[in-house]
Amino acid sequence: MSKEQSFTDQLWDFFCSLKLAIVTLILLALTSIIGTVIQQNLDPQEYMQKYGMSESTYKALDALQFFDMYHSWWFLSLMGLFAVNLICCSFKRLPRIIKLVSEPVLTADDGLFRTFSNRDELVASGTLESVRDKASALLGKKFATPVVTEQDGKIHLFAQKGAYSRFSVYVTHSSILIIFLGAMIGNVWGYKAYINIVEGKSINQVWPRAGKEPIQLDFEVRCDNFEVTFYPGGGRPKLFSSDLVVLENGQEVLKKTIIVNDPLNYKGLTFYQSSYGPAGDPSYRFLVKNRETGVTVEVSGPQGKPLPLPDGASLIPMGYAPDYQNFGPAAQVSISTVAQQRGTPFIVFKNYPQLDEKRKGDYVITLLNADQSYYTGLQVAKDPGVWVVWLGCLLMVLGSMGAFFLSHRRLWVVIQPLDKGIGVKFGGAAHRNQPAFTLFFDELKKDLNDALAS
Amino acid sequence: MTSSLFFNITTIAYFAAMVVFIVYMTSRNNQAIGFGATLICWAGFIANTLAIGLRWKEAYALGFEQAPLSNLYESVVFFSWSILLIYLIFDLKYKQRAIGAFVIPFAFAGMIWAQWGLDATIQPLVPALQSNWLTYHVITCFIGYAAFALACGVSIMYLIKIGKEEKSAEESPIGGMLGMFPSTKILDDLNYKAIMLGFPMLTIGIITGAAWANYAWGTYWSWDPKETWSLIVWFVYAAFLHARFTRGWVGRRAAWLSIIGFAATIFCYLGVNLVLSGLHSYGGS
Repeated sequence: MSKEQSFTDQLWDFFCSLKLAIVTLILLALTSIIGTVIQQNLDPQEYMQKYGMSESTYKALDALQFFDMYHSWWFLSLMGLFAVNLICCSFKRLPRIIKLVSEPVLTADDGLFRTFSNRDELVASGTLESVRDKASALLGKKFATPVVTEQDGKIHLFAQKGAYSRFSVYVTHSSILIIFLGAMIGNVWGYKAYINIVEGKSINQVWPRAGKEPIQLDFEVRCDNFEVTFYPGGGRPKLFSSDLVVLENGQEVLKKTIIVNDPLNYKGLTFYQSSYGPAGDPSYRFLVKNRETGVTVEVSGPQGKPLPLPDGASLIPMGYAPDYQNFGPAAQVSISTVAQQRGTPFIVFKNYPQLDEKRKGDYVITLLNADQSYYTGLQVAKDPGVWVVWLGCLLMVLGSMGAFFLSHRRLWVVIQPLDKGIGVKFGGAAHRNQPAFTLFFDELKKDLNDALAS
Repeated sequence: MTSSLFFNITTIAYFAAMVVFIVYMTSRNNQAIGFGATLICWAGFIANTLAIGLRWKEAYALGFEQAPLSNLYESVVFFSWSILLIYLIFDLKYKQRAIGAFVIPFAFAGMIWAQWGLDATIQPLVPALQSNWLTYHVITCFIGYAAFALACGVSIMYLIKIGKEEKSAEESPIGGMLGMFPSTKILDDLNYKAIMLGFPMLTIGIITGAAWANYAWGTYWSWDPKETWSLIVWFVYAAFLHARFTRGWVGRRAAWLSIIGFAATIFCYLGVNLVLSGLHSYGGS
């Protein structure tokens, strides 16, 4: 029986130990490197091509879950061990800390005095009571109002400051657990999805990243317009924006232009600007001048469809580029005549209409406009756990600030009658930042001497 | 008066400070030389501050409304600035002049690399970076990184000194350059103090990064290499802080943890951008 007891004790001590914390932290640091070296969640073929892996190597690493290591059983177990360690050590130490804060030792004996980093004594004049009152007043003014205890003809004063800073370590520890909790809530009740909305169209379902079935929304999102602008002189994009409208039963309830870094929030879902692309083929408008006759006509129509010209020939728009080699919008076209179906394709520009004059063809063609409609690519996220995570983060910042920059400072004073005069013994300690406390203590020593010494 | 002029002055000042610190170390405690080195540090720091401020103005003049924290060049000179900031605060508070010889070289290395090896043209921010979060995130991270740089310099001094101390324990007290080092107790304490400042800063840096990622992309954490490495750094320093309370982990091992932590920090800051790929890969261009 006693042997079993000692085993559970050992197990308990193991889970409480600081050594386990250090080893777990170092193991977490070391194993985390794997996933930064091996790109995560690629296709098997990509791994074999990119890293030159043989199939057997791939299978071995896959069995170890190296390709999704942050969700692997062993990494999550390590995280779990970390959490258990945090919980156990808090349970072990917290009762002692609560007792230390709520029931402080009010009377210090010689044994306790010897443990103080700062201590001194002096001989005062006057009565026990007058010394007590003077010392109390001084402590109250310079430090904190003391608790007075009379015991065996001695008077004990105890004063403390920053007792609650003892809890900041546990605030920090529990903040980690709260962040874990928030992450779990997000994993269970949240999802990440994406949608593409063509300009002018609306959607009422989103496609989750993991999973094949779309998720139905109880509202609609319409994209009125998508726009991309570029910095002058080069292809560096300046801004992507989508004009979104939320519709409930066909009624517009919310309108917002979203850009990267400024998403739309509605009913716990957030829509982020993520990508874009052309939706279908553009439609074109051209000015066509017959070089021989000088007759000029305007024709328009969609891509791929021959646009008839008055003389029986036709113009076929074949492709569009919003910025062709830095010359701006351009279209690729070809001409069909009775003699020749689909002549050699050539490029015409919107911003440089005179260029086509130099081509010396039968027609001089100017691109008036090309209307390319886009789709906007949105990421959709639902994460009900995110506020729990932020609460954990806030507690972590406050807790670590408290743990590093606040300290619990305590002072004890013992006043007792001596053969000649009144003996005053005082001492104290800080649980952190002892040098600063020493400075304060030396100051206090001077003040006490000035006030009390005979 | 252009920013590049002041960046040149900064680099020269950090180099001069480094040399004067080394002279000071061999000077048998000539306080005037030490004071001179610190003055040069202040001059360099002011030039560095002016240079960053002017660059900010120059970007606005080009029509880019952005803080000068937009590419690798700007971040490296800001890193040097942060190291000086932390060093000068520690110098004012703890007055251990000799550590400058082991800290300023990090700032100088940053400046010389930025000026010789990196593209200094001011470029507009891509849409993903156009956010106020960028400023908060970068500043908190870099204050943290700079504190770790100081801790690393101090730890190197600790390891050099304790090695000599143990060898010559019986003989007379150590003289010469090592005699100018602060005592191992003070070095150990400075190491701890620097990490005590750096750790909460890194924590806030990671949190602001996560908040920004959530705001911009909808996930506060995606195990991107940069995120993961910042967490690795966090783990190492968390281990360091707990090692302080465990027998057998203080002294030498704590100093090594601090050095490893800074190596991980540098990899997180530069290695990830230059070697690996991911969300922060624009920093490498």
